[in-house]
Amino acid sequence: MKRTEAIREVAKAASAQDALLVCNIGYPSRELYALEDRPENFYMLGSMGLASSIALGLSLARPERRVMAIDGDGAVLMNLGTLATIASFAPPGYLLVILDNCAYGSTGCQLTCTARSTDLAAVARGAGVSMVREAESLPELVPCLEGQGVVVARVEPGNAQVPIIDLTPEQIRDRFRERCGIPARRG
Amino acid sequence: MNEISPSQAVYRGLKGTGIDFVASVPCVNLQELLCLVESDPQIVHVPVTREEEGVGICAGAWLGGKRPAILMQNSGLGNSINALASLGSLYKIPLLMVMSHRGCSREPIVGQVPMGQLTGPLLQAMGIPALSPRPGQGEEAVLEAGRLAFEENIQTAVLLDLGYWRGE
Repeated sequence: MKRTEAIREVAKAASAQDALLVCNIGYPSRELYALEDRPENFYMLGSMGLASSIALGLSLARPERRVMAIDGDGAVLMNLGTLATIASFAPPGYLLVILDNCAYGSTGCQLTCTARSTDLAAVARGAGVSMVREAESLPELVPCLEGQGVVVARVEPGNAQVPIIDLTPEQIRDRFRERCGIPARRG
Repeated sequence: MNEISPSQAVYRGLKGTGIDFVASVPCVNLQELLCLVESDPQIVHVPVTREEEGVGICAGAWLGGKRPAILMQNSGLGNSINALASLGSLYKIPLLMVMSHRGCSREPIVGQVPMGQLTGPLLQAMGIPALSPRPGQGEEAVLEAGRLAFEENIQTAVLLDLGYWRGE
């Protein structure tokens, strides 16, 4: 499956589940923005590696909400430790979707370690995440998006032709917080 | 003697700030404070694997409506700089950082010295206001740094050196 197809399914699931959705920096956020922009989407513009952690903090702060994160293999490899923290707290509403294209897709498709021997689903299990599922196709991915824990979906490398996100960081922040029920001015 | 400990003073500052979410990476000087935070049912305490991860988790918690702080050693500042800059500063997400400041005068561990010396200049370069309270000033410093952080939507730091912890 193409990454943009997988992102479309995640966006559909997030919308159907009224989920807060944190998305990885680079093309994944741009693809999500082009496919289905919602105020409940938090587009990362920096801090590569932290989508999973931002979503974890959100889920621990708002346990009553459904929280999803879209992350990539390169970003997860940058912040593997957070899989252990996710395992320790295991918020029931939390789902991390790792779209593994075996490449740093936004910087010219340089290979990551998952292209050779690293198995991120096994890493997540080893970190102690009890709910880890794998998907090789869209029909396999869709039911996984109802669950919690971690999903690793294999996708093809390559980016869609999509524009840069034309929202300011503060716009992304304020409209997202508003959908969390927080007035813009409160600290 | 009714004097409160250096840790209790910082804890009072956190409570006075309304901190209800704490990410932490331990330091030997933070152990009493970490126990106080852990046993407080009004604070969600998340021990993290690395300071950068803690910055991300705290940012998510704030987006969700919490008032977060991170407790860490200053050695972890270097691990967090990209997150502080391209997440916290970029989106104007507030964070109160309470740091055990190692590597200052009378530091017994030589490996703490390089980051000890760089901590102040790094924070200054990043535009992060930092307070270095003396013994007896811990609560006020945390309150002031907390007020600044959450009124201005910025990151602020309280640096607690060996002299603070030892009451010297």
